[in-house]
Amino acid sequence: MTAAPLPLADQFQHGLAAPICLTWELTYACNLSCVHCLSSSGRRDPGELSTAECEALIDEFERMQVFYVNIGGGEPTVRPDFWHLVDYAVAHRVGVKFSTNGIKITPEVARRLAGSDYVDVQISLDGATEQVNDAVRGTSSYRTAIRAAATLAAAGFRGFKLSVVVTRHNAAQLDQFAELADQYGAQLRLTRLRPAGRGAAVWHELRPTAGQQRAVYDWLTIHGENVLTGDSFFHLSGYGQALPGLNMCGAGRVVCLIDPVGDVYACPFAIHDSFLAGNVRGDGGFARVWRESRLFAELRRPQSGGACASCSAYDACRGGCMAAKFFTGLPLDGPDPECVRGHGEAALARVGGVTPPRPAPDHSRRNPVRVTIGRRRPPDRACDSDPLAGFTARTG
Amino acid sequence: MRPESFGALLYHYGTRRLSFLKDPTVLTVVRSLADHPTARSACESAGVTARALPAYERALATLARSAMIRERGAP
Repeated sequence: MTAAPLPLADQFQHGLAAPICLTWELTYACNLSCVHCLSSSGRRDPGELSTAECEALIDEFERMQVFYVNIGGGEPTVRPDFWHLVDYAVAHRVGVKFSTNGIKITPEVARRLAGSDYVDVQISLDGATEQVNDAVRGTSSYRTAIRAAATLAAAGFRGFKLSVVVTRHNAAQLDQFAELADQYGAQLRLTRLRPAGRGAAVWHELRPTAGQQRAVYDWLTIHGENVLTGDSFFHLSGYGQALPGLNMCGAGRVVCLIDPVGDVYACPFAIHDSFLAGNVRGDGGFARVWRESRLFAELRRPQSGGACASCSAYDACRGGCMAAKFFTGLPLDGPDPECVRGHGEAALARVGGVTPPRPAPDHSRRNPVRVTIGRRRPPDRACDSDPLAGFTARTG
Repeated sequence: MRPESFGALLYHYGTRRLSFLKDPTVLTVVRSLADHPTARSACESAGVTARALPAYERALATLARSAMIRERGAP
């Protein structure tokens, strides 16, 4: 019963009775084709959970006392039963935070959302200007997102989130993003670009430069208390002062992902067989996967620092992001590819000739409308979600 | 409020903040607050010794500041 946060992170390493932050991607269908989509979304999968199966899953969340779910996709609001499922979750004491590109946020929907304490909205926006955003997310996606923000604000919804994946092209716009959020009574949320899904193909050209990464860290140390990050920049804690949050990888410990067909992965950035723990349609459902899967048991065992163990920054960064390492072909017990000490660059150079594992499955549209700016296309997606999004750990 | 091996997790839907209780005794105290006239009485009933009382007082004050618990009858 002290105020020291570190022991809490240690406790969380061993896993919890239920996830704190559970991401549930409801559909692979999406009206956009963001170049860095974490879940390679586009087309609906014919095996997606039915309405009845979704309701049964929500019942299970209620039994497990999951506080809330982060719903994403794809674009979750294009599911015809989306609003029904939101209502169903709230009625069963499961809070909902959903990520959207804003396409279905009408004034009527906004009024309904503004009336509930149990529903929160994240609007994805990857540029503070139309040019930067649309290059990654597609033509007119900026206008759609801003219109949705204005609609929510007009309905009196305070404190919804503007959610930004930090890239090389928008890293210089952090102040502008903060101003936009202020303008609409929203809260800014910044997350890290991961080489997951389609993001793997564009990661090298979209990731912030080393200089930008340092600037993001400095910006967060000044503004971090008012900005959500889902703890996604914990690898930057190696610069010195720890950023607000738990500063740990929550995969399989406090976080997991349920995909549209019911597959349970260790985290939203690790959609690959290597991180597949089971399926909610199996015997024992989601609870059994969470509590008994071999993969999660393994993740909850004490981790060795591997090649990072002797580094003085290890206690701060804990080796960084598992998914970022995996999809760039780096060993999981070595440095993060964006290690602030530069060990990641060296490691990437060493594995230069190796083809990293390909993210799978891929639901990209076969003939997506692509956008280009400057060089290749920039990325993104409607619904990235993070460990501990929206949470501030407090002691009691 | 969800019991965990180390105590409990609390989530406040209004503030969207997570709190945690780091030992099972404080969980017992928080659960029984409504059945006692005072916080002290809830602590004593949960077996908190006089020496440990100040620590529990601080923990409950922290929870009150984050609106996880509130005075009876308060809005």
